[in-house]
Amino acid sequence: MNKPASFANWKIFWKRWGVGLSVMLVIVAAIVYYYIRSPQATEAVLASTLRQSVPLVLGALCGLLGERAAVINIGIEGQMLMAAFVGFLVNVYTGNLLLGAVAGVAVGALLGLLLAFMSVTLKIDQIIGGTVINILAIGLTGYFYKVGLSGHGKLNPIPLGPLAKIPLLGTVLFDNPPITYAAIVLVFVVHYVLFYTPWGLRTRAVGEHPRAADTLGINVYLVRYVNVVVGGALAGLAGVYLSLEAVGSFERLMTNGRGFVALAVMIFGKWTPLGSWGAALLFGFASAIQTQLQFGGKVNIPPQFIGMLPYLLTIIVLAGFVGRARPPAADGIPYEKEG
Amino acid sequence: MSEIALEVRNIVKRFPGVLANDHVHFALRQGEVHALLGENGAGKTTLMNIIYGLYHPDEGEIYINGQKVTIDSPHDAIRLGIGMVHQHFMLVPVFTVAENLILGAEPTKGWSLDLRAAREAVRRLSKQYGLEVDPDAIVEDLPVGVQQRVEILKALYREAKVLVLDEPTAVLTPQEVEELFVIMRQLTERGVSIIFITHKLKEVLAIADHITVMRRGKVVGTTTPDETNEAGLAAMMVGRQVVLQVEKTPAKPSEVVLAVENLEVEDERGLPAVDDVSFDVRKGEILGIAGVQGNGQTELVEAITGLRRIRRGHVRLGGQEAPDRAPRYLIEHGMGHIPEDRQKHGLVLSYTIADNLVLCTYYKPPFARGLQRNQAAIVENAERLVEQFDVRTPSIFTTAGSLSGGNQQKVIVAREFSRPLSLLVANQPTRGLDVGSIEYIHKRIIQMRDQGAAVLLVSAELDEIMSLADRIAVMYRGKIVAVVVTGEVTKEELGLLMAGSRVEKVAG
Repeated sequence: MNKPASFANWKIFWKRWGVGLSVMLVIVAAIVYYYIRSPQATEAVLASTLRQSVPLVLGALCGLLGERAAVINIGIEGQMLMAAFVGFLVNVYTGNLLLGAVAGVAVGALLGLLLAFMSVTLKIDQIIGGTVINILAIGLTGYFYKVGLSGHGKLNPIPLGPLAKIPLLGTVLFDNPPITYAAIVLVFVVHYVLFYTPWGLRTRAVGEHPRAADTLGINVYLVRYVNVVVGGALAGLAGVYLSLEAVGSFERLMTNGRGFVALAVMIFGKWTPLGSWGAALLFGFASAIQTQLQFGGKVNIPPQFIGMLPYLLTIIVLAGFVGRARPPAADGIPYEKEG
Repeated sequence: MSEIALEVRNIVKRFPGVLANDHVHFALRQGEVHALLGENGAGKTTLMNIIYGLYHPDEGEIYINGQKVTIDSPHDAIRLGIGMVHQHFMLVPVFTVAENLILGAEPTKGWSLDLRAAREAVRRLSKQYGLEVDPDAIVEDLPVGVQQRVEILKALYREAKVLVLDEPTAVLTPQEVEELFVIMRQLTERGVSIIFITHKLKEVLAIADHITVMRRGKVVGTTTPDETNEAGLAAMMVGRQVVLQVEKTPAKPSEVVLAVENLEVEDERGLPAVDDVSFDVRKGEILGIAGVQGNGQTELVEAITGLRRIRRGHVRLGGQEAPDRAPRYLIEHGMGHIPEDRQKHGLVLSYTIADNLVLCTYYKPPFARGLQRNQAAIVENAERLVEQFDVRTPSIFTTAGSLSGGNQQKVIVAREFSRPLSLLVANQPTRGLDVGSIEYIHKRIIQMRDQGAAVLLVSAELDEIMSLADRIAVMYRGKIVAVVVTGEVTKEELGLLMAGSRVEKVAG
């Protein structure tokens, strides 16, 4: 009787992890193959994949923290842009990168507070609330931006000692600037908080059935406020990444739709941090390949078309996979207390 | 036994336009089941929401074990040992039983949730109170009766000494009600005091130690099952004598109106739900479909009313098959439908009563004038029907969603009965309603029959089927296992047929 049981176990295991494992195997095989053929290009693409994924995964974490508590945040783009701008300005005027980063994160959190106030307290339609933030950010940053400002350096890679010397892995994973490290750590932190702590349980309950949470003495409004504000801080970090880590300066509309792609990433990741990370890496890879193709000069496709790659991927992913994902049941619905 | 666990004095709660609780007194003794009986809208749920801290009373005091307390939020109520099982379950459907149990009062290990302790708690409480539940089951996969147990466990986990059960039997099958009563007895033996809100008289007499009756926001009186009976309670609830036994003359069936032939229908999962079913309903008779819920009645009704695809077989209305089984064709050819789920399929809850009353006819004169709505005709229609069918509402422009269940049902009945009907399909027409409304709807259905309509009545309440139907078809696992003439079989025989055993007494 032992054999059929273990066979059944194996079947269950395969059903659950089979697809993931196969995909993983193919990816690893492909990486090894290309690494042997051309080590530099492979390292460059993979390192770029990781870095490109940073703002997306941070934005997605922001989005899913809000939506798990039933607040849709389409203002991620605006939160990022504003944080990128303020972070850069603070760096310009103080010359301090850390201060700039803190200021950017604070601005993101502040815009989160604004969104929470509009959608939780005032019960404004959440899509409109997010749009307000987006327009506000575009307007303010555009108005106050002056050409010719230059910042004082940018956040540089910190190699993690001997780990950074491992071929391929070292360059890709252990030789990154601080916010990239932070993003990876945050993925696991948010995953832990959401699924293994009382706060996470309450957050998910508030997103699924707020009245049930209320009858158990959980403060629905507080849970939503905290999640949206913390999410805003994460979006702020994504913005700071763009201006202080990736580029080292600010440009008009430099977020370039990443806040919206982050929402696609979140949905593709089925509202989970780990899933979102995977999705963000996929999008990061699309961007990295695009850069590699444009500057590798080996293919004869107009650069505009190659530049479309990440956005095309967004459309395909959303059209093809959204149907299977299930958002939190109360997503987007303001909570009205009784009595 | 005689110690007072909870007492409210002089509670007053006003809502815009209504005095929901008018100087209410109520005392719950330690370890008793105290039934709170009243029609829909009598103020029972309002009172309980006040006790549970969801509403704030305008006046009045609450005492627990003789101590005066203020309850500002559910948090306070839980702290004071009050647990509530709401009429609509307050469970997170995608969570496991254990997660639902601990939500809001989570055991932790460091910063982490201690789910092992949660599972342990489920098992311990399950054992202690005889409430069998799997801690790792996802709540939405569980039958309603088991979900209710989870709700009770939630209260017990929070060490509730006073348990409020708000219409707990409304969603249960007769067997589940029996099980619930056993559970309630076990709880009271362990010192829990239970407030049992309901409007079902039989249940009250079966389980309660004391009965407090409310009517229109006031306490009418408190009594015990020994001192009263069904008729007495009904009179207290409604404020007049109620006819519990339906009066009707023998049926005069004539030509066939609805003919169902070899019907096969599938459920959502593609499994056969209705299996080779054939029957007729004639003009001037009521055919009752009896059966334990979930034996294909829902799918049968949906197929007949054009809401579900037919896999094989025919449904003919007046000898004609509807083209594409379109609901509008059926409506225009005289079919009326009182659906099983009045909130989901019977009404548009966010529409006004006036609009809900023209849902079947809005596109035809007099309610439509060319491309425009004829507001005057719609209003006139609504005012007439609200009056005629005794819908209790502040205005015809109130949304259907804000009415009580009984009044919602009356709106549906008014809408369907205001058209000339040749066939009425009524699925669980009185589920969750109070005696007054039940009496009224029963009368109307009989009246419909006497006016020459064919009536197909589906109900899980055997009493209802037996008092209304002229013939009874028993459904079991998707098949009609017997068709009998009412009065020729006993309740016990019907019960056996519903449970799937064969009794050879087939008629009609």
